[in-house]
Amino acid sequence: MNALADDPGHETASPVGATIPMRVRDRLGLRFWLPAAWITMVVVLAATASLLPLPSPIETDFTALSNWPDRAHWFGTDQLGRDILSRAIFGARISLTVGLLAPALGLGIGMLLGMTAGYFRGRVEIVIGAAMDAVMAFPGILVVLAVTAYVGASVPLLVILLGVLTVPTFMRVARANTLVFAQHDFVLAARAMGATHWRVLSLELLPNVMIPILIYALLVVSRIIVVEGVLSFLGLSLPAPWPTWGNMIADGQVELATLPYIPFIPAALMFLTVLSINLIGERLRARTDLRGSVL
Amino acid sequence: MTSYVLRKLLRLGLVLLVVAAASFLLMNLLPGDVALALLGNEATPEAVAQVRAELGLDQPLLMRYLHWLGGFLCGDLGRSYITQVPVMESILDRLPVTIELMLLSQGLALLIAVPTGVLCAYKAGSRIDQLANAVGLFLLAAPVFILAILLMFLFALKLRWLPSTGYVPFMTDPVRNLAHLALPALAIALAEWPSLFAVLRGDMIKTLQQDYIALAKAKGLGPAFILFRHALRPSSFTLVTLSGLQIAATIAGALVVETIFGLPGIGRMLTGAVYNRDMMLVQGCVAVISVGYVLINFGVDLIYALLDPRVRQ
Amino acid sequence: MMDAGLPLLEVTDLATHFHTQRGLLRAVDGVSFSVRRGQTLGIVGESGSGKSALARTIIRILSKRHTTTTGRITFEGRDLLTVSEPDMRDIRGRDIAMVFQDPTSSLNPVKQVGVQIEEVLARHLGLRGRAAQTRAIELLTSVGMPLPQERLHQYPHQLSGGMRQRVAIAIALACEPKLLIADEPTTALDVTIQAQILDLLHRRQKAHHMAMILISHDLGVVAGYTDTVAVMYAGQIVEQASTRSLFRNCRMPYTAALMRSAPNLSDPPHTRLRAITGRPPDMVLPPPGCRFEPRCDDATDICRNRRPALSASDADGTHRYACWHPVASPGASA
Repeated sequence: MNALADDPGHETASPVGATIPMRVRDRLGLRFWLPAAWITMVVVLAATASLLPLPSPIETDFTALSNWPDRAHWFGTDQLGRDILSRAIFGARISLTVGLLAPALGLGIGMLLGMTAGYFRGRVEIVIGAAMDAVMAFPGILVVLAVTAYVGASVPLLVILLGVLTVPTFMRVARANTLVFAQHDFVLAARAMGATHWRVLSLELLPNVMIPILIYALLVVSRIIVVEGVLSFLGLSLPAPWPTWGNMIADGQVELATLPYIPFIPAALMFLTVLSINLIGERLRARTDLRGSVL
Repeated sequence: MTSYVLRKLLRLGLVLLVVAAASFLLMNLLPGDVALALLGNEATPEAVAQVRAELGLDQPLLMRYLHWLGGFLCGDLGRSYITQVPVMESILDRLPVTIELMLLSQGLALLIAVPTGVLCAYKAGSRIDQLANAVGLFLLAAPVFILAILLMFLFALKLRWLPSTGYVPFMTDPVRNLAHLALPALAIALAEWPSLFAVLRGDMIKTLQQDYIALAKAKGLGPAFILFRHALRPSSFTLVTLSGLQIAATIAGALVVETIFGLPGIGRMLTGAVYNRDMMLVQGCVAVISVGYVLINFGVDLIYALLDPRVRQ
Repeated sequence: MMDAGLPLLEVTDLATHFHTQRGLLRAVDGVSFSVRRGQTLGIVGESGSGKSALARTIIRILSKRHTTTTGRITFEGRDLLTVSEPDMRDIRGRDIAMVFQDPTSSLNPVKQVGVQIEEVLARHLGLRGRAAQTRAIELLTSVGMPLPQERLHQYPHQLSGGMRQRVAIAIALACEPKLLIADEPTTALDVTIQAQILDLLHRRQKAHHMAMILISHDLGVVAGYTDTVAVMYAGQIVEQASTRSLFRNCRMPYTAALMRSAPNLSDPPHTRLRAITGRPPDMVLPPPGCRFEPRCDDATDICRNRRPALSASDADGTHRYACWHPVASPGASA
């Protein structure tokens, strides 16, 4: 038996992979609660930032230029003597605002279009599909760059642009799931009982399409936080001197060799936040019994 | 095969027209005024009118589009508002740097993703597979600019193995050229690796359960031959499509990485143009990059047909 | 013939267990049989009875990580379970070849037919280039493929199902193997093609004096083309006999039930086929006694508690069955 070679083939997916029956583990475990605790902390701090006893995130303190982390400034101060902890907490507001609002916008429009396409099929589906293809034909980042060049950088603009760019993927997930669930008996039964299209869509299909799409949305949230980071790193998000994680990294990068803590603290915060969201999403995907739905 | 290519070519033409129109409209339908953007809000109406006339902005939209499209097809993208240098000239100047960076990073990403993906599919569930998946999870959470700064800090500033900023043309000194591009390319490649890896690994695991792999084993072929000569090609369809779509992510990566490492590429020029509101330059860059993106995805479709004989019909 | 006394392949107490999420799945559970040169052994059973797992165990192409195999597989005097993997690779494809059920999935969709034949020739016979091509054309001709030369550059999807299976057979026969394992070679094909393929296999077998294991769920297929038959149920052989003896005088109720469930030309029109009720047992938790007991009409307490061993039913011991209450009458079905 030990002579049996380890040949390729008939390898079922890994035990850590996705083919395990979905409900094996009942507890969410540390890989869920630890990231969840981190996200909660970031959200609470960002939400209450102005109530906290923090130094101003934009006022310069010439007595404390480029201080390494110590007791007075837990995360140190930057080249202009601004408290990095305070800037990081205020910066989280932007990441979270854009990271939550843009996908929310995309989810709303995308789900509406996707469910319409998946439920009515036919010409409606073709038109919506073609429109989405057109949006996808462009590298999204270019659209954002070009429009901000014209209109000027601002957070609402970023939310709208990034939101629109997420519409196609949300539309696809919503359409695929609508297609699946529209075949189920409960939908056919509702139709047979004379329910209107609106009723079927809102009462029968929406609750079922919602769950997979919300889990998918977590993935989009983490991606949008990264994209916002890129844009604010390039100076295309909230204008200076207001902090975002991205522009803190960009400002700190100048003195990377001597003052590495300045860019690496916001970088680490961003990394942990994105990682946490991904971990939560992965856990929920594995936990929720998504048999039949398409992710 | 020929009819497949013809159909794809027709589609390519249509998409290119759409992309060109969109690039143009983006600049011309948005609220706001180029002349105002250029001159600042304090400009006198006379000055604004003069600039508008100079730029041909007083013409009807369709005329302007046809004029622009004609120029675009002849390689004339107008002149920069600020430097007065022809846009096409600036772009051609910077393009080689960006193309080299993209080729290097995409090549590097595939060079890492293919062996790891194949190995981890073959050893699915083993220690090494779990390790690779964990690394993937971490890299997926690390945006390209964080990776770039980390790499620069470690390899350029602390270990001093590679230069941190600057650029030397390939023709001048190939070795120094590659030394300057190594870290930027690696940063983009590492950011792209997780998704390429995951897709290949997943498809490969499915392929390895196919009967034709069992038959290949029954023929007495060895594991390396089976993995790379039998299983890799049918497992790489999604990978190829994805690596085409990933170019979009690479473009974003190039914008950031060129800025961080001070590479004189088109990405850094575009970012600069956005700051300076040099609309002609922005429009030109957007048009050229978008066309390049569309052409790359056209190439990907052709590769797809080469890989899968069933598609050609 | 030459070593008429010694079987080419002798399988002794072979067991293959899959590691699954639910526990050990006993796909093959204590199987013994032998095959001589020039002889055909039929293995019959419902789907899920462990036939394919048995075939894949013999040529050792199951993943080591997910399976455990015990017992002995003696091929030409060597125990295949202790042979090193490189040596085993030399045996696979050259001495033992296999034809799979569905040629649509067993041929690589992205490789030309010629390449798929030539790579076995290169691997085992060192034939390359023109020599390999000539041999590949010969092989395609020998399996009755029209226009063999043009086929070399075609892809599997350009061929019909029957043609594809001919290619698969050409691959299997490429090195003139001593043993051919055909795992349901006609199940995926049109009825009209089935007989052609079976005849082809039979002719090639006679020509090369090759041993063959013909796996099928179809008693009709087995009746026409085999010398001996083993009936498999739930991972075990429940009856084993010469083909003649089995069809004349089957003893195991499961075999009898299989025969009744097949349509018979001598039945009057509109005779009801008698399907076997129930389903094969869960192979993670098989019944403790006879595995057919839950579906058997004649089951008693002893069937529930004790597993019957294979015992001989005739004087020379070639007809063996595992049952506490064997079907009595000789000629129960004809």
